[in-house]
Amino acid sequence: FLGAGGGNDIQWCFSQVKGAVDDDVAEADIISTVEFNHSGELLATGDKGGRVVIFQQEQENKTQSHSRGEYNVYSTFQSHEPEFDYLKSLEIEEKINKIRWLPQKNAAQFLLSTNDKTIKLWKISERDKRPEGYNLKEEDGRYRDPTTVTTLRVPVFRPMDLMVEASPRRIFANAHTYHINSISINSDYETYLSADDLRINLWHLEITDRSFNIVDIKPANMEELTEVITAAEFHPNSCSTFVYSSSKGTIRLCDMRASALCDRHSKLFEEPEDPSNRSFFSEIISSISDVKFSHSGRYMMTRDYLSVKIWDLNMENRPVETYQVHEYLRSKLCSLYENDCIFDKFECCWNGSDRQVEFFSLCTSDIPSIVMTGSYNNFFRMFDRNTKRDITLEASRENNKPRTVLKPRKVCASGKRKKDEISVDSLDFNKKILHTAWHPKENIIAVATTNNLYIFQDKMN
Amino acid sequence: MAAPLGTGALTGETGQEKQDTQEKEKTIPPERAEEAKLKAKYPNLGQKPGGSDFLMKRLQKGQKYFDSGDYNMAKAKMKNKQLPSAGPDKNLVTGDHIPTPQDLPQRKSSLVTSKLAG
Repeated sequence: FLGAGGGNDIQWCFSQVKGAVDDDVAEADIISTVEFNHSGELLATGDKGGRVVIFQQEQENKTQSHSRGEYNVYSTFQSHEPEFDYLKSLEIEEKINKIRWLPQKNAAQFLLSTNDKTIKLWKISERDKRPEGYNLKEEDGRYRDPTTVTTLRVPVFRPMDLMVEASPRRIFANAHTYHINSISINSDYETYLSADDLRINLWHLEITDRSFNIVDIKPANMEELTEVITAAEFHPNSCSTFVYSSSKGTIRLCDMRASALCDRHSKLFEEPEDPSNRSFFSEIISSISDVKFSHSGRYMMTRDYLSVKIWDLNMENRPVETYQVHEYLRSKLCSLYENDCIFDKFECCWNGSDRQVEFFSLCTSDIPSIVMTGSYNNFFRMFDRNTKRDITLEASRENNKPRTVLKPRKVCASGKRKKDEISVDSLDFNKKILHTAWHPKENIIAVATTNNLYIFQDKMN
Repeated sequence: MAAPLGTGALTGETGQEKQDTQEKEKTIPPERAEEAKLKAKYPNLGQKPGGSDFLMKRLQKGQKYFDSGDYNMAKAKMKNKQLPSAGPDKNLVTGDHIPTPQDLPQRKSSLVTSKLAG
């Protein structure tokens, strides 16, 4: 059996990097979302230009037992286009805010992608055969002269070079007045929710002309607006339960069985604030930018500007664990407010789950439980919940040779800077890692810098 | 967007510190010190701490203001005389100045393939 803490600490190595090397980043190339599918075989990215790129993991080569398959481009398509709502004089960005994969039901893959206003269901299918031997057409498509047809034959399917096609199967539009920040597929695999700043809607995947409003926090008088919805997610196992987070640092859990409009929460998760510590920045930095349930559904994780918090669904009055991502920024809040960085929305993720291990384990500390989130200077952080150890790594093209273990980084908050440490004032606040993803089953992670996608994996022996 | 931070003096604090009554000197929590800095720079900053102002700004993202009458008048007059054109902030095409064809930002979709797929 594994020892306490789930065995040895993971040694992360560089595997691949995708994207242009040049420093001049076009707006359209800014990566806005990263998501593995349920098997981990596919990895999707969305960008500010409304494009989706899907990578596929190579099947493991028996001769190359030292590394897991590489991710190569599988499909790429334009998901959303820029639009202008003339009635409201509103420019609608094509930026992909979120991608969520559906579990695979047949040969094709399905994903939901959304911009600020419209959600689309995309079908990605493979074509590796084509019919040949038509009676009335030549191979190149030209029609044959019917008088030359003297015999009949049955067309047969012959192999062809693999073609991956993406087609939009459903368009879920016109249901959001405000900007969509989240989509989440229900565990019933039939419905999903979409959340904007003030409302959450429930959809059926097959129905595009109707949507049910399940949360509405818009005040009668907009002058009374004090908080907005920042993220929402369905519970992984309970199909009637979902949570949504707010700009004031609270999380509300709602049960759809209680009423049609879930304006009254079933649970309210909020950490009491020390009033003597309150400042102009308190509310801004408490705003939750991401919320993610653990695989078991027992816990949820939230990300605010400076920390990651783990909440036990059974305890509403405070988180069970708090991890400081970059506490040294607390004494830089004035500058971070001036350059808008204080409004950056960092995401967070859990390590993959080995459901069998979780099920059979007698001791929860045997199950590795690690959370990951990004920071500035292309740094990203991981917190091991069992060992209580944390690490800071950097996504950079320098010093990244495959199978060389990444060197941990350290930021010097004050005092004398040691060799290899970087001081807070030297951090590059333009290099933000907002989006990261963990393979659902293996220790493979995808980390997005502004316009590059890094893939790291653990060192296999 | 300007990213580098000013060279503010590092106070040597690693987190929020409660007032230590044993020491002669009382230390100010770093957040409060930062708040004082901000208020010194912008004395007219809103009464509500980080409140409705920035929420409203968030809700109004994407809002563009455009007066077609002004625009067409300007287009017609352009042939004859110079009109005040947009300042450095080209995105603020409001009633304060007359929008001209070159001021309007070009909006076109990305027909180019993503560099991630290159």
